[in-house]
Amino acid sequence: MSETVVVQVTVNGEARSVEVEARTLLVHFLREELGLTGTHVGCDTSQCGACTVLIDGQSAKSCTVFAVQAAGAAVTTIEGMARGGSLHAIQEGFWEEHGLQCGYCTPGMIMSAADLLQRNPSPSEAEIRSGLDGNLCRCTGYQHIVNAIAFAAKQMAAEGEGGNGS
Amino acid sequence: MGRRLKRREDPALVQGLGTFIDDVRLPMMLHMAFKRSDLAHGRIVRIDTGAAESMPGVRLVVTGADLQDLLPTVPVMTPFPYPEHHAVAPDMVRYVGEPVAVVVAENRSQARDALDAIEVEIEELPAVVDSEAALEERPTLVHADFANNVALRIFSGTGVAEAAGTQDQSTVDDRELEAAFAEAEVVISQRMVNPRIAPSAIETRGVVAQYESAREYLTIWSTTQRPHAHRRFLAAALGLGEHQARTIAPEMGGGFGAKKIYGEDFVAAALSKQLGAPVKWIEDRSEAFLTTTHARDVVGYIDLAAKRDGTVTALKARLIADIGAYEMLLTAFIPTLTHGLLSGGYAIPVIRSELIEVFTNKMPTDAYRGAGMPEAIFFVERSMELLARELEMDPAEVRRKNFIQPEEFPYQTAAGNVYDSGEYERLLDKTLEMANYEELRAQQASARAKGRLVGLGLSFYIELCAIGPSTMFPDGGWEYGSVTVERDGRITATTGSSAHGQGHETSFAQVLADQFGVEPGAISLLHGDTAVAKQGVGTVASRSLVVGGTALLSAGDKVKAKMAQFAAQMLEARAEVITFEGGTVGLVGGLAGAGRLSFAEVASYAYSPQQLPAGVEPGLSEEAFWEPTGMTFPYGCYIAQVEVDRETGEVDLQRFVGVDDCGTIVNPLIVEGQIHGGIAQGIGPALTEELKYDEQGQLLTGSFMDYAIPRASDLPTFELGATVTPSPLNPLGAKGTGEAGTIGATPAVVNAVVDALSELGVSHIDPTLGAEKLWSLIKHAERG
Repeated sequence: MSETVVVQVTVNGEARSVEVEARTLLVHFLREELGLTGTHVGCDTSQCGACTVLIDGQSAKSCTVFAVQAAGAAVTTIEGMARGGSLHAIQEGFWEEHGLQCGYCTPGMIMSAADLLQRNPSPSEAEIRSGLDGNLCRCTGYQHIVNAIAFAAKQMAAEGEGGNGS
Repeated sequence: MGRRLKRREDPALVQGLGTFIDDVRLPMMLHMAFKRSDLAHGRIVRIDTGAAESMPGVRLVVTGADLQDLLPTVPVMTPFPYPEHHAVAPDMVRYVGEPVAVVVAENRSQARDALDAIEVEIEELPAVVDSEAALEERPTLVHADFANNVALRIFSGTGVAEAAGTQDQSTVDDRELEAAFAEAEVVISQRMVNPRIAPSAIETRGVVAQYESAREYLTIWSTTQRPHAHRRFLAAALGLGEHQARTIAPEMGGGFGAKKIYGEDFVAAALSKQLGAPVKWIEDRSEAFLTTTHARDVVGYIDLAAKRDGTVTALKARLIADIGAYEMLLTAFIPTLTHGLLSGGYAIPVIRSELIEVFTNKMPTDAYRGAGMPEAIFFVERSMELLARELEMDPAEVRRKNFIQPEEFPYQTAAGNVYDSGEYERLLDKTLEMANYEELRAQQASARAKGRLVGLGLSFYIELCAIGPSTMFPDGGWEYGSVTVERDGRITATTGSSAHGQGHETSFAQVLADQFGVEPGAISLLHGDTAVAKQGVGTVASRSLVVGGTALLSAGDKVKAKMAQFAAQMLEARAEVITFEGGTVGLVGGLAGAGRLSFAEVASYAYSPQQLPAGVEPGLSEEAFWEPTGMTFPYGCYIAQVEVDRETGEVDLQRFVGVDDCGTIVNPLIVEGQIHGGIAQGIGPALTEELKYDEQGQLLTGSFMDYAIPRASDLPTFELGATVTPSPLNPLGAKGTGEAGTIGATPAVVNAVVDALSELGVSHIDPTLGAEKLWSLIKHAERG
């Protein structure tokens, strides 16, 4: 039960090394060991996506990954999206288009959107909607989230190199 | 006001920098977990905590029997008798998930591990799960100290002398009702079901309680929409005065009516006191499905009397509400709200309801977005649809025939409410035009000719907002606000209406910005902490802007009056001629340095007055309580277009068009967000969301895998418009909008699906309209 392991992982560009119980989930590692509380927990069945982070650039539900499984990887959380005091284009989009209300699902939504826009820089509305199938929002009815991601896609295209988060 | 201002709440939230309950950490903090009943009904025979107590990190294990004398029962606001409800069951369990024991340990995993080591033996009793069967003679009793399973039976409306309804059937006069049905040219009768649903805020509940014995003071962080009521009950639970307790509602991940006051908070507070350390509990999602209050679960037997021209002459409803095993804060109150909206938007002269609230072995119900109103509007709008079909009239025209007319406001409905204002027909016409309704009907006809199951559904909803005055709402119908012009001229305001996603910090600042003639950026709004906002009722019942906003305006008026007096003193003018604009105070036509002063100049003088105006105290800080004289009634119309797949029974919601009227709009962006979210929450119970219990009272839909709240790809782009009919009941002219979409969307979608299947001889289907249910209906019909 209390067997421990040392997990070495790069989080938001910074090398971290922490000894944790082997059963520690990545989300708890991030929140409780590293204090990165922007990654949220909304369910216990990998349905809601509030805990979504990027592992080596790909979105993953951090409640379904043991911290040890991320060892050696580069993890990006919501706290790593803004750079040098300016918001990432997706964060700008959520603010501009009122893509959030309570803000609880928002970090996971933004991380999923980052993954989506990497794979598909100019998604249609239907592609955005299906790209969000791993994330639940109870406040917005998704319409403003769809607008936010479309806004970000345009902004990132204008910036020419996939935004400042990649 | 009226600007699509981006929210000032958002920069922190989009960076993951909000402090939600699970982000609250205190030194020496302990973690709590609950052992919960696996059975729906039974007597606790034995609980063995020995093994759990010796687990690593465990500091305390207690049972309901241990806590029984330490804590009062869970609070209920109702004038009617209600059963005892302990935070942790001392002897009987009455729903799956009811707590029976508590572990406190040094970390969360240790607390969870120890739960598994607690042995619980319960003697199982038969479970009551069907609200109508629970009314039969000699049922199993949920509460042995109640004569039967009826929590409340109340008659309301025409022929009932008391405005609040009566429990004494012998005083009810049936003559008018009977005459209306005797004279009816057509009568529609239908049993309808509003399924049990889960509010499902994406953040679950949680609490951190810190009792400091040296100070005799409780500080408690909790996911509550009502911090002041929370403080009152929590203080009392620990034998403290309200002056010895502070409730902080941190950033909150949604509430929707379900986050108010729960037993877990009492336990956390009591155990923090006992252990001398802060105690934290975070609900997990499985617990949330079992133990965060459920909603709806009302069966309605509806009879509608009408003339052949479509004029509705009477509506009679027998409502059976399954309220679950106990009463929470407003459990008994919520279904009573259904009666008051049974008139919908129509001039129905005779309305009578009988409401029976029934105990079952399920989680209690309480408020959830709409709170009694979606049930009412569902019953009315399904009935209007059935009437249209019976009379072979267009559904839109049946509604038009019965609308309350603009000149009839304020309008006293037969259901007991006074509607403030409205132009219903104008809004209906706008909706039909936006949807291109005639064209849609033509498309439907041609699709049907090809054998496709295409349906159009319409709903016209009324929402009851701004619940008040205090005679109407058990905990007070007012709201509190304070406004302080700081020494530097900036404004700090507080409100008792604690937001959790509604954007108060933005929209309330817009209201004050207009009032003071400054930019919204010069104003900060604080809320969600009883030590910050001195009093409050809370963010419930779509009342924040109307009641809370007006309270702020009242406080603002007082501050402005003082500012005018100080400015007049400084300018050697009369206070009556002082104006506020462009961030300055002073004389009309004056200039900076000559007749007009900055806020900072006036404030600086006010806090250090060289000469006080007569009868004026120093400083610029005022507070106000505002109580409305009556409620506001926003309204709207939705049209849904669906196609049902003949082979799979799956519903494709293709279009959703609507027009809402919520009175004056302060921030269109925020209003749209509220409407969108509300519509999604109304579509859910129409198509996918339903809590199901089996015959043993086990919850079958206890995760997001089984309980399907809408995902992005389940929903179309909502095509929305607005009309604005200001309310005469508050200076803003606002009506409220928080629950509108949820109320109107369910009947629109259900009506559309029934319309799609009407060719097969289907006249009514109870939601939830899942593929399996519809597929069976289609196959049954095709077999003839």
